[in-house]
Amino acid sequence: MSSECLNDDTNARLIGKENGEFSTGNTKHEWDREKLRGAHKVLAEFIFKKRPVDKGYANRMLFVDLTKLEIKELPLEEDVKKKFTGGKGFGLKKTWDLVSKDTKWNDPENVLCLNSGPMNGTTQYSGMGKCLSTTISPSTNMICDSNAGGYFAPYLKFAGFDSIILQGKSKEDVLVLIDGLNGKVTIETAPLEETNAHLLAEQLTHIYSEEETESSRQKIATVTAGKGAENSYWGILNISFYDPRRKVARLKQHGRGGLGTVFRDKGLKALVAKIKDFTGIENNPADVDKIAKVGIKHHTQIRNNDKSQCNMRTVGTGNLVEVMDAYDLLPTENYRFGSHPKASTIYSSVFYRYFTQVIPDGCWYGCVMACAKTVDGFKLRTGPYAGQMVTVDGPEYETIAGGSNMSLWDPEWILEFNFYCDTYGLDTISAATSIAYYMEMYEYHILNKERCNGLELCFGNAQAVLEFLHRIAQGDKGEFIQVAAKGVRRVKDWLIEKGWGDPDLIENAGMEVKGLEYSEYVSKESLAQQGGFAMASKGPQHDEAWLIFMDMVNNQIPTFKDKAEALHYFPVWRTWFGLVGLCKLPWNDTTPLSNSKTEEPAKVPEHVQNYADIMSGVTGWDISPKDLIDQSERVYNWQRAMNVWFGKGRRKDDIPPYRSQGPVTKLEYVSRQERYDKQLMKLVGLSEEEVENLTVEDKMKLLRDHRLDQYQRLMDAVYFRRGWTPNGVPTPQKMKQLGFEDEPEMLEVLQKAIDEDDKQNLNVWGANYKEGDEIPADTPRYWEKW
Amino acid sequence: METVKIIKFHPEKCKGHMDCEVACSQIMHRNDKGGDWSAIRILKTENGWEMTDCNHCGLCIDMCPVQALKRLPNGIVVIDKKTCIGCQSCVAFCPTHVMRRAPGEVVPHKCISCGACVRACPEGALELVEVPISEIQETVYHKQGDCQ
Repeated sequence: MSSECLNDDTNARLIGKENGEFSTGNTKHEWDREKLRGAHKVLAEFIFKKRPVDKGYANRMLFVDLTKLEIKELPLEEDVKKKFTGGKGFGLKKTWDLVSKDTKWNDPENVLCLNSGPMNGTTQYSGMGKCLSTTISPSTNMICDSNAGGYFAPYLKFAGFDSIILQGKSKEDVLVLIDGLNGKVTIETAPLEETNAHLLAEQLTHIYSEEETESSRQKIATVTAGKGAENSYWGILNISFYDPRRKVARLKQHGRGGLGTVFRDKGLKALVAKIKDFTGIENNPADVDKIAKVGIKHHTQIRNNDKSQCNMRTVGTGNLVEVMDAYDLLPTENYRFGSHPKASTIYSSVFYRYFTQVIPDGCWYGCVMACAKTVDGFKLRTGPYAGQMVTVDGPEYETIAGGSNMSLWDPEWILEFNFYCDTYGLDTISAATSIAYYMEMYEYHILNKERCNGLELCFGNAQAVLEFLHRIAQGDKGEFIQVAAKGVRRVKDWLIEKGWGDPDLIENAGMEVKGLEYSEYVSKESLAQQGGFAMASKGPQHDEAWLIFMDMVNNQIPTFKDKAEALHYFPVWRTWFGLVGLCKLPWNDTTPLSNSKTEEPAKVPEHVQNYADIMSGVTGWDISPKDLIDQSERVYNWQRAMNVWFGKGRRKDDIPPYRSQGPVTKLEYVSRQERYDKQLMKLVGLSEEEVENLTVEDKMKLLRDHRLDQYQRLMDAVYFRRGWTPNGVPTPQKMKQLGFEDEPEMLEVLQKAIDEDDKQNLNVWGANYKEGDEIPADTPRYWEKW
Repeated sequence: METVKIIKFHPEKCKGHMDCEVACSQIMHRNDKGGDWSAIRILKTENGWEMTDCNHCGLCIDMCPVQALKRLPNGIVVIDKKTCIGCQSCVAFCPTHVMRRAPGEVVPHKCISCGACVRACPEGALELVEVPISEIQETVYHKQGDCQ
């Protein structure tokens, strides 16, 4: 084995390997596999008939009732396939069928669905192995969907099922094994295995692999959470993908919305999917040549362009850190600022020196975008594994930027945070956004050491951050630890209840909407992104709409109508990936060189056509780009309609905290005074002299009034474009247009909501329009004319 | 494993019979079609005949997510068809574009330096020559990206 470093000789792990074996240098663990497996007690067993996937669909779902210990298969009805396509669509439909509007996240009735999708499991194009999961979230108490790479969703399908639906609660910790090799599903106890993910995934991979070979281990995929998921609302699901070169069961995360919290609440310790052989065409696609041709074209484009575009293959999504810092979009100190003088200490060029550069780092076979980077042989400094050498999966952009948000400027503390969040089953995004908020409250003395159960949560205190995570995982009963592990919304309520600070500051500095914490982008200067976050169906996550550059850098969507169109198209388009089982990154984190010359470069038309071609190639259907949007718009509206059903999904639920819209504190205003003063002149219409004579407080108020009104105008325009009432309810007329005319129960839910809103006079525009202003439609009840 | 046998082409001798491609597709796919079914390709250009074939540089070894590609003790890079999962990574990343896919198949084929093409050529335009691996090896993966 030879070592080589391209540009730096410190700490680099650049291994140019010949036929030699790569070694991570990780601490090795010896397990007595027979003893572990021997302690399992099979509580239920279900034999199913093995049969091949037909053009992307297994055409059945697996239902597991953990209370009754019952396992059965459900047919996938053609009608469901037609209306909901797959993935998250199936999860939403099954949740609608199985829960009530009053079901809470920890009721046994709640369902957790893990879904594949018709294109999922294709290996000839990048990013085709995503698992799309849904449940009623502890953070939001409505549907949260989350996607993750790893091998589980494709293996679930190739074992025989498009989705697994988990309902009920087990009295003791169990795992569910989906054995595609033997056509058997079992519910088993697993009393001796670890709970934390990096160890449990490794144990299960070794226990269940058919032979003692790397190839055999690659045919196992596990889903696990961790000790932290039991004690917080930030529980994640770790999906494994065994890496034969590192010899590590690596992990990708369903991060958002507390899916891991629900998982542990149901008594689930793990899911395991196992397949026999894998050739890459288990989908039995209608036209494999069509898929392979498109795939090779796209692979080649990544090969040629990635180096000069996003550099995903070398540093992963962390490439964004320096870009965000340069554009004042990198959250620092709880989103107060968008850049920091120390930010260069966590740029991707720094993490590059930690990342192992040996291997095709895709989280599903055939993904040459290969952004799933790792740091191997990383020595931990704190917690139960202190001193051990481990593989850290990541960090990705969001985790690094979460570090920035907490003012952690040492990359090794970010790695430690990343590792422990993953293995404890905690979402790095929600954890970082929440802790950053607690740190700001600490700075204002709203929180202090005593109120934080001894933690000195000031900005930059990495030891305190890690100690907080360890105490969550230990199940610490301290009042702060208990509340703080539930996230920003609960802490806001707690602080206000205690009377510990200015409620306006407490409300507006905490970055959550609908109960879910924001992901890591500063949206203050992009109105469209404010909407992208706050109007997102599940809560403020960038995967639904990322419009910052279109809006503020490239100025491509200047008017409300333009912004509304973008907030119609992009959330719908991005939702589509979640229906078919794909990753979004290969859509626009690499582009053809000719893309900028197309009419709509933001849509990357060539890639949209690629997806239509591949979907045709898999399913045998004749699919156009417009069909993809139609599939997605149906499900997008269904999810919003379900939010309405849960009592949410109205204008009031789409209002962001002011921190996401503008400067909450004087410090923020003064730090960007020139920018804001100019806006008061240009947008509010004040003269230079008037601005000079105003106090900072007055200027802040004027700016805030302006921005809040702008946001109301945006909501009016977006709701109108989407065919929703001015209070944000999808109209029955719209739902019928989308093909839900034979779903009377849902139509009734929506009509009832509209009638209730009528009684409260809520079906009116939200903004204060003056004469001459453009109003979305002549009447706020525009849909009645349809 | 210091040397590897690769195919050397003498364009001045080639008459474009394509017997080499046919011989290769017999080895690769048990058919006489040549062309897309052959690992060696002979192409007509303005300046006469050109050959493309694998030089066993080995970049594909590190591209493969399932380790289906490996270098044998004799230096030859081979693909294990049973392990391959048809992802086409090696096809797109091959620096000499000689990892190819036959129509209807997802497992690519590549030259194994068996010499069937050399024996089939009536003009003696092909030759198996031994070259040091160090001269042709691509030390690979991280060179595909840029650290700046």
